[in-house]
Amino acid sequence: MQVHKYDVVIVGAGGAGMRAAIESGQRARTAVLTKLYPTRSHTGAAQGGMCAALANVEEDNWEWHTFDTIKGGDYLVDQDAAEVMAKEAIDAVLDLEKMGLPFNRTPEGRIDQRRFGGHTRDHGKAPVRRACYAADRTGHMILQTLYQNCVKHNVEFYNEYYVLDLLVLEEDAVREDGTAYKQKRVAGVVSYDLASGEIHVFQAKSVVFASGGVGKVFKTTSNAHTLTGDGMAIAFRRGIPLEDMEFVQFHPTGLAGLGILLSEAARGEGAILRNSEGERFMERYAPTIKDLAPRDIVARSMALEVREGRGCGPNKDYVLLDLTHLEPAHIDAKLPDITEFARTYLGVEPYTEPVPVFPTAHYAMGGIPTNIKGEVLQDNDTVIPGLYAAGEVACVSVHGSNRLGTNSLLDINVFGKRAGIYAAEYAQTADFVEVPEGADADTIRLVESVRNANGTERVAQLRKELQDTMDANVQVFRTEQSLNETLNVIASLRERYRNISIQDKGKRFNLDLLEAVELGFLLDMAQVMTVAALHRKESRGGHFREDYPDRDDANYMQHSMAYLDDTAQAGTVAGIRLDTKPVVFTRYEPMVRKY
Amino acid sequence: MTAQNTEPVEPASKVDLAPGVGGGGEIPSFDITLKVRRYNPEVSEEARWDEFKLTMYGTDRVLDALHKVKWEHDGSVSFRRSCAHGVCGSDAMRINGRNRLACKTLLKDLDTSKPITVEPIKGLPVEKDLIVDMEPFFQSYREIMPFLISSGHEPTRERLQSPEDRERFDDTTKCILCAACTSSCPVFWTDGQYFGPAAIVNAHRFIFDSRDDAGDMRLEILNDREGVWRCRTTFNCSEACPRGIQVTKAIAEVKQAVLNRRI
Ligand SMILES: Cc1cc2nc3c(=O)[nH]c(=O)nc-3n(C[C@H](O)[C@H](O)[C@H](O)COP(=O)(O)OP(=O)(O)OC[C@H]3O[C@@H](n4cnc5c(N)ncnc54)[C@H](O)[C@@H]3O)c2cc1C
Ligand code: SF4
Ligand code: FES
Repeated sequence: MQVHKYDVVIVGAGGAGMRAAIESGQRARTAVLTKLYPTRSHTGAAQGGMCAALANVEEDNWEWHTFDTIKGGDYLVDQDAAEVMAKEAIDAVLDLEKMGLPFNRTPEGRIDQRRFGGHTRDHGKAPVRRACYAADRTGHMILQTLYQNCVKHNVEFYNEYYVLDLLVLEEDAVREDGTAYKQKRVAGVVSYDLASGEIHVFQAKSVVFASGGVGKVFKTTSNAHTLTGDGMAIAFRRGIPLEDMEFVQFHPTGLAGLGILLSEAARGEGAILRNSEGERFMERYAPTIKDLAPRDIVARSMALEVREGRGCGPNKDYVLLDLTHLEPAHIDAKLPDITEFARTYLGVEPYTEPVPVFPTAHYAMGGIPTNIKGEVLQDNDTVIPGLYAAGEVACVSVHGSNRLGTNSLLDINVFGKRAGIYAAEYAQTADFVEVPEGADADTIRLVESVRNANGTERVAQLRKELQDTMDANVQVFRTEQSLNETLNVIASLRERYRNISIQDKGKRFNLDLLEAVELGFLLDMAQVMTVAALHRKESRGGHFREDYPDRDDANYMQHSMAYLDDTAQAGTVAGIRLDTKPVVFTRYEPMVRKY
Repeated sequence: MTAQNTEPVEPASKVDLAPGVGGGGEIPSFDITLKVRRYNPEVSEEARWDEFKLTMYGTDRVLDALHKVKWEHDGSVSFRRSCAHGVCGSDAMRINGRNRLACKTLLKDLDTSKPITVEPIKGLPVEKDLIVDMEPFFQSYREIMPFLISSGHEPTRERLQSPEDRERFDDTTKCILCAACTSSCPVFWTDGQYFGPAAIVNAHRFIFDSRDDAGDMRLEILNDREGVWRCRTTFNCSEACPRGIQVTKAIAEVKQAVLNRRI
């Protein structure tokens, strides 16, 4: 067993992981394990912006931002966390500028800001310019700037190391009220080195999960091939709950048929949606802010237009994003990349032709539950000492049931920084938890069982069937029937997964093997999402149940918590226990969400 | 980059769409032969070509063809990829002898009547099939100190930078470190010590950033034997860059800066 010892181990080198590493690396001996080279992380794909109430171009303040975030999340947001994020947003942007990020500038030389969906002045009166940006490659510039600063601070990276397991031990403990419980402690992680195929154990006082999202459970998605929910699945398999997994954001403007994202910045800069009749249909659905309504509302409106026969194209299955009224020079200055995507991948010239678009699976609002310090919770309130999570893998929860655009680049910076600081501080006083003999045994078993499997099923085929089902049944519209059907399909896919085989039996760069392991994660996560969606018999934010079209605060104003539990049963699914967790309110009473 | 925040024109509530707008129609399919350069030292020290006959569609890219091979024909064919739309820099490879990103190269834009060849990029050690060792590439990148260095005290708010000063280095901020440029450079092929275009592009990004105070130090580094003067202006790099960065121009500007400083 090869064992490395660090104070802090960070899993993932996207925005959240590297922001954490910059803090932690200066305070404690830190290693970053990442399955991709840091600059390949999907933070680099983010386009539109990162918001903060800098008030550089018009009046704004963090309290309005807090309100917008809470309302945008349909009141399922933990208000203390939203407040922290909106307040610290300003420093988060300024930190990046000081690290060298080349933001677009106002004529006075300040960081320029633009509009984005759901961000408003004075509690919904009108759209506000709050998103700081670097053309339409803000995420690229964040990822590059953070990597550059990691180079500057000599952060130690283990590139192409796949973390496949978390070492958690349980100790008998007693609560203040005298009840006994099992306290989880973290000892480190187990990883697989892509180049050599060897297993490495990393012992650490603190572990920070920053492994990103799980978009690949869907077929049409803006997410990278590598976003397979590894961190969530690893935690879940070790008995850590997952919060609010039913909430997935479908971004309105994916390139039709491909899912490649065209940023909301396009609409922020003035582009609008039209149906087959040439009508700007968002005027009907959100009369005040129209095309800049939050994503769940726009995505549903688009799907409705298509369902009611006003879709475009030979199959009437998409709508159009119209930029033709914008100046080409303006488009080139503010949206160069995304207009090139339309040209390259669909052969459409956005200056003169509207672009075919349809909702694409974009963002997981749920994830590993944490508090505002980034500490992971093993139940509604018990912290697991030394375990942290930040970014898309985590759920603090600042996005509630629907994330506002530009709030994720913000989230990864604010909570990445916090997790890095607290993880290092914890490591300075804590002792190592002993790594038990044979800590790598489960990982070896997992890897070898895939390598030596000699069944008849193909990984790619199972993955395709999973993604097709999720797109058909767990997308913008959901019903009890569609969700039950999906659970049946997932159950049979899990059965067939036991009968796979792979062709590459070697050690070097065996991506064939890792794709099979990743499919295992996807199957687990799809099941959790679907079970949670089935049990939420209401519609809220990104989760829309046609059979329960209204928000139901009396019964469902609470987070869902899914646990792996052999003794439990969630509906037809054995082995998952569903629980709830109260939402944190500070000063905002739930209101009807109208725009 | 203009920074004026003019109110966008309010578009019409309803317009007449031209017939057939948004493209569409049946997506044409066609047959291709994909020739993939294979190498796996676990199996054999010899590299070889494998051929795959595939039916593909008009919207497919070379990456889709490679996926089809891996997912349906031979799972051991190995290549890196992640974002699948040209922003992460994982899948630079030689496609029909030219460096390109597999995810940005549409099959219909290639001559599909002949076999399409796919090989690893040149000048970096091949690890397996299309996967090369990227460490030497990132090492050169790190050597030019790719981070903002500023002396003086930090302002409480942001540093100011005019839109014109920001525009000065806009082009070189687009780099995704894919190595298509460096590995298309004949100088780099024969001299692995040469920094290569990508490192110079990233130095340019800081040298011409009005907020950076370490220009002299960077120019000193690039004035080295293995620095800018090795560039023989063959333009391969500019042609290869999937981000459309004018790599040769950036190198010329750095050369000029070294000279100006000397005088
Ligand atoms: C196309 C697109 C555009 C977007 N635009 C915006 C925007 O304009 N504004 C905004 O706020 N948000 C935007 N988002 C959302 C935002 O970009 C992401 O939510 C955010 O970047 C996620 O960052 P992260 O650090 O959590 O994860 P990622 O950047 O995805 O990084 C994940 C990291 O984890 C590593 N990893 C994963 N699994 C493992 C494992 N098993 N072992 C080791 N390492 C592992 C990966 O190597 C990677 O380094 C956009 C998202 C997409 C897809
Ligand atoms: S300059 Fe262009 S080709 Fe070279 S590494 Fe950067 S993006 Fe790739
Ligand atoms: S897969 Fe990301 S650039 Fe091609």
